[in-house]
Amino acid sequence: MKFDTPATTNPIDRLKVVGQPVDRIDGPFKTTGTAHYAYEQHEAVPHHAYGYVVGSSIAKGRIVSIDLTRAQRAPGVLAIVTAKTAGKLDKGKFNTARLLGGPEIEHYHQAVAVVVAETFEQARAAAQLVRVDYARSPGKFDLAAAKDSARKPDRGKSDTAVGDFAAGFAASAVKLDAMYTTPDHSHAMMEPHASIAAWEGDKLTLWTANQMIDWGRGDVAITLGIPKENVRLISPYIGGGFGGKLFVRSDALLAALGARAAKRPVAVALPRPFMINNTTHRPATIQRIRIGASKDGKIQAIGHESWSGDLPGGDPETAVQQTRLLYAGANRMTATRLAVLDLPEGNAMRAPGEASGLMALEIAIDEMAEKLGMDPVEFRILNDTQVDPEKPDRPFSQRRLVECLRTGAKRFGWEHRATRPATRRDGRWLVGMGMAAAFRNNLVMKSGARVRLDRNGRVTVETDMTDIGTGSYTIIAQTAAEMMGLPLDRIDVRLGDSTFPVSSGSGGQWGGNSSTAGVYAACVKLREAIAQKLGLDPNAANFEDGKVAVGQRSVPITQAAAAGDVVAEDSMEYGDLGKRYQQSTFGAHFVEARVDAATGEIRVDRMLAVCAAGRILNPKSARSQVIGAMTMGVGAALMEELVVDRRLGFFVNHDLAGYEVPVHADIPHQDVVFLDETDPMSSPMKAKGVGELGICGVAAAVANAVYNATGVRVRDYPVTLDKFIDTLPPVA
Amino acid sequence: MKPFTYERATTPAAAASAAARVPGAKFIAGGTNLLDLMKIGVEEPAHLIDVNGLDLDTIEPTDEGGLRLGAMVRNTDLAADARIRRDYPLLSRALLAGASGQLRNKATTGGNLLQRTRCPYFYDTNQACNKRLPGSGCAAIGGFSRQHAIVGASKSCIAVHPSDMAVAMRALDATVETVRPDGSTRRIPIADFHTLPGNTPHIENVLAPGELITAVTLPRPVGGTQLYHKVRDRASYAFALVSVAMIVQPDGSGRVALGGVAHKPWRVEAAETEFPKGAKAVATRLLAGAQPTEGNAFKVTLVERTIAASLAEAKEAKA
Repeated sequence: MKFDTPATTNPIDRLKVVGQPVDRIDGPFKTTGTAHYAYEQHEAVPHHAYGYVVGSSIAKGRIVSIDLTRAQRAPGVLAIVTAKTAGKLDKGKFNTARLLGGPEIEHYHQAVAVVVAETFEQARAAAQLVRVDYARSPGKFDLAAAKDSARKPDRGKSDTAVGDFAAGFAASAVKLDAMYTTPDHSHAMMEPHASIAAWEGDKLTLWTANQMIDWGRGDVAITLGIPKENVRLISPYIGGGFGGKLFVRSDALLAALGARAAKRPVAVALPRPFMINNTTHRPATIQRIRIGASKDGKIQAIGHESWSGDLPGGDPETAVQQTRLLYAGANRMTATRLAVLDLPEGNAMRAPGEASGLMALEIAIDEMAEKLGMDPVEFRILNDTQVDPEKPDRPFSQRRLVECLRTGAKRFGWEHRATRPATRRDGRWLVGMGMAAAFRNNLVMKSGARVRLDRNGRVTVETDMTDIGTGSYTIIAQTAAEMMGLPLDRIDVRLGDSTFPVSSGSGGQWGGNSSTAGVYAACVKLREAIAQKLGLDPNAANFEDGKVAVGQRSVPITQAAAAGDVVAEDSMEYGDLGKRYQQSTFGAHFVEARVDAATGEIRVDRMLAVCAAGRILNPKSARSQVIGAMTMGVGAALMEELVVDRRLGFFVNHDLAGYEVPVHADIPHQDVVFLDETDPMSSPMKAKGVGELGICGVAAAVANAVYNATGVRVRDYPVTLDKFIDTLPPVA
Repeated sequence: MKPFTYERATTPAAAASAAARVPGAKFIAGGTNLLDLMKIGVEEPAHLIDVNGLDLDTIEPTDEGGLRLGAMVRNTDLAADARIRRDYPLLSRALLAGASGQLRNKATTGGNLLQRTRCPYFYDTNQACNKRLPGSGCAAIGGFSRQHAIVGASKSCIAVHPSDMAVAMRALDATVETVRPDGSTRRIPIADFHTLPGNTPHIENVLAPGELITAVTLPRPVGGTQLYHKVRDRASYAFALVSVAMIVQPDGSGRVALGGVAHKPWRVEAAETEFPKGAKAVATRLLAGAQPTEGNAFKVTLVERTIAASLAEAKEAKA
């Protein structure tokens, strides 16, 4: 099915099941430990061996020699694979560095060997006996030092310009020119990267934690040099991904290589330090923002430049992209520059681009409002635009940012914010409020599904879509139930298997809308097939309460499957509506925070997010997505930083004791409001993404609240007390 | 992880004697730190002696009017004990500021004193660390040192002791009781228990090989207002940037010990004579000779401000 004209009324609009806050159907499995994750597929793969990965102890250089003698003799060892013995390996389309290094080493903890043994403990013990002799070469590890060597990236749009930024900025009455930095971030999801590999002849089955089954299947095939048809990926449950599991990582490859060498199935899980230095991370940025406005607060010029680094062949953090679309202004420019760094591979993490970009931009907007003597909410409203500011004849499909801002301000009690910073005090605490706009583009991806009606009146949906903790199982079941006129408990959803039709996968907040649109397409076909079987006019048939009705005639749906299952398969593809209309999601974040006047410790008191993101398919799971994202935003604001050892070239704090993420005590009550919205340009579901919108702008809202509390502007994340304690007034 | 043998000791003296007999032996109590370190190859004991069954898990009054805390008393139980809460609230507060509920349920009084540093270079066996591998160097010096020591460090090591409990015990003048492999016992004032790194950062206390902590005794309650102020980036489950254990008497005299600044709980008794002069004077004496790194110089300011906040709070509590 092709979606190339705006959606009109369709069965989803009935909202009997879709749009209802139903519980996650996988919830009971997860809370009872019966949802089996990749590393727990002991029933599917009994008697597998264990592989343990050996990582490079240097950041850049070469392996001179590897001594496996002691490891090979260690108890229980079945096989050891290195680049030398692995056979020819290619590099996947989505990987920047090779997943198995040697002799060349590209980054710290790049895998150099996998040791396979009977038990996990034996594999780990033997891995510690592998002796690798390295020759180090000098590397570049310091983004600030490499900034001037940064170049235009090979892919993507590196520069944009509309009007005359330089002249517009120079002529502006009120100007801001400020630098901001964001550090490297770790996805830090709970489930580690983990895989079990089993070969049957030349066919490989991989149970693996992966967000994008078809991408993964393709890259496994490329890397191993085998036909894609010979690879099966299975990923029914995923314990968080946040972009860290978009791509095949070393656990999957080394499980496959280990299994081939040991001639039996092998399980590999990456230990936490490897998740930080072996896999991907959100790259650090340096950002320069210039804004010029007239005295009455109208933006005349807005410029955003961003520098980030990656391994050779990698990509930049696209931190400027929201600045092209979020605010009005005739004169505009953005620039993206990429430096070569020899740190582990940078890549997507929740809301890549916007999350980092808004961390800077939404502080800058707060600073501008202050310079203008305007309320930050009003300044944003004044500079709203209903069209793409670079192409004024191109409207937004929906843009209710102003309503988000006004609704949020009212609900949060924004009028109680002290206009002058550092003037509100509650005992030993300095108290402040901050806010930020949220913006994240809406992406749509082709997505397919297969649906089957059986004689018992049950409908089974199969798609290689993944549920990374987001609620995919549930919204897909809701979609099928709504389309087929059946209660939710008559729907079975099977996900995450490459033998199922290729879906959008989970990433870029496209999964919810795209995958359900694919299920919609398949259900339209199934409805046709059922109506035909029942001798009813497919175009007139109404599917409701387990019956198919045309006029006075009503037949139980089960009757269609009396002689055998009815099966339909289709996918949803997209036309040019995304080109003709700018599709984005919008929101506003409000935060109240307090700062210990003596120690500078920061604690968040209240948070509110107002989101305008199309139809909310399930308010309960959507709220969970948003409060999780807000929590991650607090982490980015106040504590998360992968610290680079600029001499040795690695992330030093590579465990969850050193890389702090918020704990329960850090997170107050979180309020989430969804505006009642449908977007007919996005898909027949009229939904958009929301899971990433939730993090966009949060960190800046927190930083702005800290400024409002203390009067000290911190432009380098995370906002930690060491960056401003010297400027706090004496302890009373 | 290196394979190891395991035994359950039957008496403290037998445990100490076994530890001296088997080369590379270590005691295991709660295991909250040791097991982690064994998994990543930082600790590689050849033999573990389990001391959990030694009946060292009671809190009893001493003849001197204090309390004797068995070495195996769990942190959770110690923090919740009514006598501790009433007479040594500083200790209860420090305990509850540390780790998480689950860890405190396992962690023991003796084990807490023997925690290893959380220096990330100590935890990464690829990196130079004189504490882990004497003579290999110190990667933390010139590296990421935000959490590290500002006083009492050396050219060999700038690690800090991570315990909160020990900081409170230092302020309370606790005494560590031990049994040695020959069956003899001794009492070590907590002031003398932990050592500075010097050229031997792998040595962290004065225990002889095989010597087992059996108890910690607290002297008679000293009263006063007792505060434990732990400063950290997140609200819970984080090691201190700095912590201040303070006891202030109605007459304004008091005691103060610091965590997160040195290789051991940091107390300079002479600094306590400065209480009447206020935080700056106390902090200056406490941190005399401080040599912070570029990454942790903020701790000097933070210590002074946290002492000031604690003094103010004590004043308020009195009023």
